[in-house]
Amino acid sequence: MLNLNSTTQDANQTDTCLLSAVNLTCIREERMLFEQLNISISAGDIVQIEGPNGSGKTSLLRILAGLSQPYEGAVYFQTENISQQRENFHENLLYLGHLPGVKGEMTALENLEFNLNLHGINNKNAERTLAEVSLLGFEDALASHLSAGQHRRIALARLWQSRAKIWILDEPFTAIDKLGVEKLEQLFLQHADNGGCVILTTHQDLTIPPERMKKVTLAYRFY
Amino acid sequence: MTPVSYRAAFSLIVKRDLMIAFRHRDDIINPLLFFIIVVTLFPLGIGPESSTLSRIAPGIIWVAALLATLLSLDRLFKSDHLDGSLEQMLLSPQPIFILVLAKIVAHWLLTGLPLILIAPLLAVLLHLHESSYGALMFTLLLGTPILSLLGAIGVALTVGIKKGGVLLSLLVLPLYIPVLIFATSAIDSAAMNLPYNGQLAIIAAIFFASLTLAPFAVSAALKVSTN
Amino acid sequence: MMWKWLHPYANPEVSYHFAGKLLPWCTRLAFIFLSVGMVWALLFAPADYQQGDTFRIFYLHVPAAMLSMGIYLGMAIAALSSLVWQLKLADASAAAMAPIGATFTFIALVTGAAWGKPMWGTWWIWDARLTSELILLFLYLGVIALHNAFEDKSLAGKAAGILALVGVINLPIIKYSVEWWNTLHQGATVGKLGQPSMSADMFWPFLVCFIGFSFFVTALICLRFRSEVLTRNSMRPWVRTLVANEENKHAI
Repeated sequence: MLNLNSTTQDANQTDTCLLSAVNLTCIREERMLFEQLNISISAGDIVQIEGPNGSGKTSLLRILAGLSQPYEGAVYFQTENISQQRENFHENLLYLGHLPGVKGEMTALENLEFNLNLHGINNKNAERTLAEVSLLGFEDALASHLSAGQHRRIALARLWQSRAKIWILDEPFTAIDKLGVEKLEQLFLQHADNGGCVILTTHQDLTIPPERMKKVTLAYRFY
Repeated sequence: MTPVSYRAAFSLIVKRDLMIAFRHRDDIINPLLFFIIVVTLFPLGIGPESSTLSRIAPGIIWVAALLATLLSLDRLFKSDHLDGSLEQMLLSPQPIFILVLAKIVAHWLLTGLPLILIAPLLAVLLHLHESSYGALMFTLLLGTPILSLLGAIGVALTVGIKKGGVLLSLLVLPLYIPVLIFATSAIDSAAMNLPYNGQLAIIAAIFFASLTLAPFAVSAALKVSTN
Repeated sequence: MMWKWLHPYANPEVSYHFAGKLLPWCTRLAFIFLSVGMVWALLFAPADYQQGDTFRIFYLHVPAAMLSMGIYLGMAIAALSSLVWQLKLADASAAAMAPIGATFTFIALVTGAAWGKPMWGTWWIWDARLTSELILLFLYLGVIALHNAFEDKSLAGKAAGILALVGVINLPIIKYSVEWWNTLHQGATVGKLGQPSMSADMFWPFLVCFIGFSFFVTALICLRFRSEVLTRNSMRPWVRTLVANEENKHAI
């Protein structure tokens, strides 16, 4: 029943293993998305989850982030189940989903500062970080006046300040221009080199060298 | 990584919610207007005799307060859920208990408190018995936080549902019944110059019980809703 | 799983067949007890000296009211075990109980009103017990509506479970407050529902009826539980073979 060709399973350096999923089964609306899935992700990995629409990519990312509960199986951060160490795990996790989590009533800068503060990061460099995502000059604009792409960039700006080891990003490149995509890719490589890991889904072709990328492929299942 | 203290996280979220509400004032004003209009409807429907009105004033004010709170509950989690900031908050390294409590406190400051401030004015319109004003204020002060706390459970359960509005009232209103009963009876007792400490004590007990238990139910419900 | 003895029943297939075995026994027992109890209660038990034959509705009203509370409690216990011990089938059984509980609450209300009509001369009176029963009906309807509002059945079960638990904590408070409210406004009511001290020749038929209704409820829960398990596992191989077998049977 194991219908995935996960190249991450042969990662045998268990000592640097950051995040591992054991026997994950996910059922959504009476449809089995995946069954008995095993993934282990080590420091330095950039993992892309592939698969057609409806194959459960987002569900998998949400389970890995601890937002959804799997039907069966568990997710481990280092050696302990994430549900047993919620706060510790969240200090080491940065998850960005489809929704940017940006409030229209707050300015770009206030949005970024709130998210940084919530994660215990001081916001001295917040303005400079907005420049990284080419939002210079928009700091004090209410987010409701900004575009969807700009909302996404406000959310992504956190990556430059993040001290989390695990980045889980669902379609991070949506509504981002080519230059922005390249910049992000560089950031991912840098993050991986510094002992972090990136788990992402995307529909775009990436310029990250293939030997640095690991892929997990999910198949669409009809039942 | 400097871990955020619980107090800092709490005040961070309260401040954020207050800021958002003040930039979007309709959310504060509309439930209040609703409260006022509903109360005004009763004399028009029942007749202006002051004896009848003062007899039913406690019930009207409290029922209107329940409904106004109910209308404002959506603000608690709905927009945060729709734009994804709710899931970011659930992923923050603070206990969900703190986040939930902060949001409920902000909600009370934005709806419960204005209701309390405007209630005496409406009591005048309804010819509430003079000796009842103290009881009215005390019951509202202890009771409106309960409305926010119990209501939060309902919103947390329905936040992921597209047409959750009517469902929310079905879930929440039965839970409000004890508060309604003891609050109106305290005001009635005060009108007859009887002691109402007993009713107040029971409302206080319900308040402390919901203060300790509701955030857990809300956390569990939010986990289900954002699943 | 901490609870070793529960482990086999955490398997949907095993519990589906277990409920299937339980079902005919409960149905038979319910049939026997109810027919004996009802004949006894309606034909042979003595009429009440004040209320006459009207009183016989008691044999339906009181078991229904007791079961309506009991089922809510059972639902809350199932919800608790689903949330705390992650028993997946527990929320299926909670989901199976809610509509049955609501129906019995409704029966208790209707029979209460029918009993009230000759006694009070009006169909509805804000009697403490009837009012609590009405609020219980609202709580049940909330659980059912919430359960129906979710597309995903396992999420629906969890959400409805949380609500059932909140409800069960509130239920005693609501009941107490309603009773207190009722005694406060006693002047307005005509008199309480007659709950005469039961003599033995009334108690025994009542007990038989009550046991009969309990088995009837258990049978209904088994029936609904089985269909809940089937819908939740419709993509599982064992359900597919089950369906295939059924189809073959009908083809022949």
